[in-house]
Amino acid sequence: MWLPWMEFAAVLTAATLLTIPMGQWLARCFTSERHGWLERLSYRAMGVNPQERMGWKRYGAALLLSNALMMLLGYLLLRLQGALPLNPLEIAAQAPDLAFNTAASFITNTNWQAYAGENSLSNATQMVVITFLMFAGATTGVAAGAGFVRGLARSSAQDVGNFWVDFVRVFWRVLLPLSFIMALVYVWQGIPQTLHAEAVATTLEGGRQQLLMGPVASLESIKHLGTNGGGFFSMNAAHPFENPTPLTNLLHILSMLLIPAGMTYAFGSMLLRRKQGWVLFAACMVMFVGFLSLVFVAEQNGSQLLARAGADQQYSLTQSGGNMEGKELRFGIADTAMFVATTTAATTGSVNAMHDSLTPLGSITPLAQMMLNCVFGGDGVGLINLIQYAILTVFLAGMMIGRTPEFLGKKIEVREIKLVMLAVLVPPACILGFTALAALWPDAAASLNNRGPHGFSEILYAYASATANNGSAFAGLNANTPFFNTTTGLAMLAGRFLTLVPMLAVAGSLAAKATVPAGPGTFPTATPLFMGLLVFVVLVVGGLTFLPALALGPVIEHLQMLVAQLYA
Amino acid sequence: MKTSTQTLCASVLPSHAQAQPEAQAASWSRLLGSSVRAALLVMVVSGIAYPLLTTGVAQALFPQAANGSLIERQGRIVGSALIGQQFTGAQYFHGRPSATVAPDPSQEGASIAAPYNAGLSGASNQGATHKDLSEAVAQRVTQYRADNGLAADQAVPVDAVTASASGLDPHISMANALLQLPRVAKARGLSPEQVQPLLAQKTEQRTLGLLGEPRVNVLQLNLALDALQPAASAVKE
Repeated sequence: MWLPWMEFAAVLTAATLLTIPMGQWLARCFTSERHGWLERLSYRAMGVNPQERMGWKRYGAALLLSNALMMLLGYLLLRLQGALPLNPLEIAAQAPDLAFNTAASFITNTNWQAYAGENSLSNATQMVVITFLMFAGATTGVAAGAGFVRGLARSSAQDVGNFWVDFVRVFWRVLLPLSFIMALVYVWQGIPQTLHAEAVATTLEGGRQQLLMGPVASLESIKHLGTNGGGFFSMNAAHPFENPTPLTNLLHILSMLLIPAGMTYAFGSMLLRRKQGWVLFAACMVMFVGFLSLVFVAEQNGSQLLARAGADQQYSLTQSGGNMEGKELRFGIADTAMFVATTTAATTGSVNAMHDSLTPLGSITPLAQMMLNCVFGGDGVGLINLIQYAILTVFLAGMMIGRTPEFLGKKIEVREIKLVMLAVLVPPACILGFTALAALWPDAAASLNNRGPHGFSEILYAYASATANNGSAFAGLNANTPFFNTTTGLAMLAGRFLTLVPMLAVAGSLAAKATVPAGPGTFPTATPLFMGLLVFVVLVVGGLTFLPALALGPVIEHLQMLVAQLYA
Repeated sequence: MKTSTQTLCASVLPSHAQAQPEAQAASWSRLLGSSVRAALLVMVVSGIAYPLLTTGVAQALFPQAANGSLIERQGRIVGSALIGQQFTGAQYFHGRPSATVAPDPSQEGASIAAPYNAGLSGASNQGATHKDLSEAVAQRVTQYRADNGLAADQAVPVDAVTASASGLDPHISMANALLQLPRVAKARGLSPEQVQPLLAQKTEQRTLGLLGEPRVNVLQLNLALDALQPAASAVKE
């Protein structure tokens, strides 16, 4: 049983080592003075002036407006699917509520999918809508992170940079080249990359098997690098064409962590506070290891009900054992647990196993990480969320010792705390509010695949996933109804922009302040003590907010599993 | 370039405190125009050029993998090396249970069970306390013991009685394969010792000794069996 733990240690070490070059690359991309020729060409094509200095309002306005138009373009293309080429299977366009949900989902980097890729999208829309919006959403997130960090790094400044420059550079220098290289590695491992839609096989027993395929690898690489998560196929990264080998599984995991972890290093570089960056990284890692252990142990122990039915869940030399319902054999329990923990930490939302079939305690890991939304977090926005908690931590520490809190050499005052609290309160309001609404909504219960507390978990998971811009699902829930399409769509937009914009305002406000030298009353934030406090604050705030809801879902379900209480 | 940029800035940027309302409006409409063009640019580059370029290079470098790792036998496509398929005959190793469905031809909007339907991947999505899950597993355990002539209290490997996530899982565990081996050998009139080397040959180990799980590719193993002894498969056809 020591092998899985060695594997975890090896993978997390690799992720940590990759953080450094990625962080350096990101920092250079955010701060370099020179514009490449592709970038200059892009500025001209977009009609923007790269020298313009944007205050946070203008930066945020450019972000919102460009995202709104990208979403609109995606929506229109989805509705026009029938008229586009590369649709030999003649798949009809998505209905308006579904197309709205899909466009909102992909521009907000959520990638919630209320549809099945196989029978709802053609190869054309997989490319010009899905792949396009994946790039757009991820690039926006990293760019926002750049503007945010720049705001923190400056003093007595009126601007936080130029949104277009950040956007264009992240696009050309980071996401496009990385995605291209990874896509080729994926094809080498067996992920299809073709414009043909299908191949038809005659099975050994004489049956007909329709093998759907398409430009999968090019979507798969940005899906994980961009912490997007939307699958080409309905069963996402559990599908052998999306994740054929343990090696692709590892690369998916490392890709997901690459940019969110690298952002903590870039942050340290740009602020000339390397240690501070590592403190943030370590805080994420501590929480990550805890959640990973929880889901691994729970899944490896398996379900008492499976054992009672006669299934052997013992780990041995010839089988992984554990709860294998909704899991793929090549990944077993260890690689599945690692994927579950990573995809919900980095708010990617791709899945290599069905979260709906996790054991009750195992399902706490994805739910809790989405609720906290800052254990590494999504590309760019994860760091922003973490710093929001860091500011809250210095505020609480400041209250305890009765001094004006300072963070990164800036005084944290009423305005910042108000904005931070707004960003802290919007997600729980969305998650719990919409869950309550859905629990009362007359027709919503018809969408559930499971009854009892697990059914409640399905709803809670849906809104946690939408709000955290994660996109994974307890996929038994039939979310393709006007009610769920609309409410999850709204939760995604609120979860993305009502946390991003207040935090950009915080960056703008901190950028305008003068740096104060650290005095005897300054609480040092680049220490293990602060890391511990930060983790504590994240867990306490998250716990106070969400434990009651978790108690109604997974916790009760676990107790019922122990006494074999079943639901038809 | 530089000077024209500066005049441009001076005329449109709101950062100038005394900026006229018209300048503000011009600035907003400029932002709108840039947003439209940004959306189109990103769509064309990442939605069209990037996937097409990747397709071209991938098709040139790895044509077999890029087209779905298809396996041909006597000029006919018999499946993909990565995708599992349904086996029911005693002379074949059986894959894991699959929860995929297909549209019901007799009833609009309804669906029927269709194991290993690679046209629509799917899982049971049943939680631990779902009654159907416990019942299905108990029923599969009974069936598995009967199929393979096992004792009534023989514990059955969990992968043999639980549905995979994709419904297309191409692999089974070694534990599962070893329990099926005597049945397959008997159905083909072979000794278990004759089948054993094929099983060993089609068993993949952990990548780098660390990643993934030891596993048996069912389709490839069954193809190897057919190659060893074509007559047995012809019986079925």
